[in-house]
Amino acid sequence: METLFKRLSEISASTILLILSAIFVVLYIQAKPAIEKYGIHFLVDPRWGVTVQKDNTANVANKNPDIQKSSAGVSNDAMESDDVKINDDNDLGSDDLAGSESLDSDNDIAVEDDDALAAAGVEKPQNSNTEVIYGGLIPIVGTVLSTILAMFFAVPIAMGIAIFLSEIAPPFVAKPVGIAIELLAAIPSIIYGMWGLFYFGPFIAEIFGGSSVNLLVAGLVLGVMIIPFMASLTRDSMNTTPNVLKESAYAMGATKFEVIKDVVFPYAKQGIIGSMILALGRALGETMAVAFVIGGVFNFPHKLTDPTVSIPVVLANNFAESSGLSLSALFYLALILFVISFIVISFAKFYFLRDKK
Amino acid sequence: MRLVINKIILILSTLAAVLGLVFLFWILITLTIKGIKSVDLYIFTHDLVDNGLRNLLIGQFILALIAVIIGVPIGMIAGIYLQEYSFGNKFASFIRNLSDVMMSAPSIVIGTFVYAILVNPIGHMNGWAGAISLAILMLPIVVRTTDDMLGLVPKELREAGVAIGAPKYRVIFDIIIKAAKVGIMTGLLLAFARIIGETAPLLFTSGNSQYFTVNLNEEFPSLTVAIYNLATMPDKHLVDIAWAGAFILTFFVLIINLAGRYIVKDKK
Repeated sequence: METLFKRLSEISASTILLILSAIFVVLYIQAKPAIEKYGIHFLVDPRWGVTVQKDNTANVANKNPDIQKSSAGVSNDAMESDDVKINDDNDLGSDDLAGSESLDSDNDIAVEDDDALAAAGVEKPQNSNTEVIYGGLIPIVGTVLSTILAMFFAVPIAMGIAIFLSEIAPPFVAKPVGIAIELLAAIPSIIYGMWGLFYFGPFIAEIFGGSSVNLLVAGLVLGVMIIPFMASLTRDSMNTTPNVLKESAYAMGATKFEVIKDVVFPYAKQGIIGSMILALGRALGETMAVAFVIGGVFNFPHKLTDPTVSIPVVLANNFAESSGLSLSALFYLALILFVISFIVISFAKFYFLRDKK
Repeated sequence: MRLVINKIILILSTLAAVLGLVFLFWILITLTIKGIKSVDLYIFTHDLVDNGLRNLLIGQFILALIAVIIGVPIGMIAGIYLQEYSFGNKFASFIRNLSDVMMSAPSIVIGTFVYAILVNPIGHMNGWAGAISLAILMLPIVVRTTDDMLGLVPKELREAGVAIGAPKYRVIFDIIIKAAKVGIMTGLLLAFARIIGETAPLLFTSGNSQYFTVNLNEEFPSLTVAIYNLATMPDKHLVDIAWAGAFILTFFVLIINLAGRYIVKDKK
């Protein structure tokens, strides 16, 4: 009985490992057709569900460079400095998936990819001479931009709340406010989405112009959503600062701000950065709050008030109706999202919030 | 100058706290105003097909309940392993960290995973898939809670149990779990509150149904998915129903949270 229970407990603990690896493997298997077809070029291709001409005859050689050129042109025009950095991240993530395939530069990728396309074209002459191309650039950029916006909005406010709760407010104020902030964190994300769609979006649109569903609103709603999460984690790590340290700083005549800046922040630095990264990971994968307000159109955001789309939203809107290659492309996106957030969260976990046990 | 900067920063962070509260009340007040006017006896006694919420509320509850039935035993036993059987070995700390990472995994990705293993092979959405997505989502939270709460039980209790000759599993179930009962219950309550408001993993696993059903092999009614679908409808009455659902859901979740907090406080 004893051994049985011990075994059982080991098995239960292993389910966690099992489920995580199963998620990875299953997503990879499902995404495989899309990965093979588009390769890493998927990450920089802004076309989603676009039907392109495909010639099976002698024109293949002439046509391919055109396709390559046009797609490269679009992505270069559209990419901003932020995106370049993120694409590096993605490459890193995808290298793991691609395993032995090591691809050095974008040119290599594009050429290989086009070769693959050409090969597919030759093999399947029974198809008509059009095909649908799926590329993940727009949702990836949308995800990254909305997350960055959310962080810009949320970090200062969350820090302010944490400082207020742990250093400024007297206990009888800090307690109810702290509970209120934590309740804000418990509200289901779909409620944030609805509120964003009907109240916050129009409010923002009145100030910044544009429609009430756009990238900016999505970023801000995301920000509002992660503020309480970040604030309560930051407060907790700020509260771990020993009073003796603070008191000695006060004794030397430091103001409250100097104590916070020079004593509390350095002491709680790891926890604070860790909580920011955890909040970032949460913002990356958030679906419902964003789905209502980002617009859900495959459109490159040239300004903040343009509607666009993010990976979770693409999944939420298109998954049920998809099949075949488009479904596989969606799984590819899900895999990218999973890998990115896995890396971000483990980074926070292993470097900043290490268990003190 | 130092004093001025100090003042400015203090005022700014107080403003930030006020802003946080403004958001909370803004959301709660709009929810109440929009939601409460559609909440009446009618929506509790009729299904979605007749513009009611009955099937959705019950469906959502059943999904979360099955998730609890699947997720809690596995999670608790895993938590027991981490705290009682691992003796701090490498594997245990690896699992502990992994479970924390899994806690923050995007819920929609879990939905796609369950879709691939349970919906695609069967060919249509079903309630089991939804419940299992929620269970996967809940698992790491339960592990974390159990692990933490068992860690708070004093070592002397364990030693006392072992000293009277009880086998280890009896010590765990009869002594340690009992000592940590309140904490674990609170954790489970909060985990339940978390999954009952989830939408993303249900969208394409259990889907939604207009009718009352308890058959988990079919598409299953879900409040959150229905809110998502109804809120973007052009029909104003349907939007009002979505608000009513959102109102009920939010206050249910908040009350569970406050109750959990109250239990903890009561114990101390």
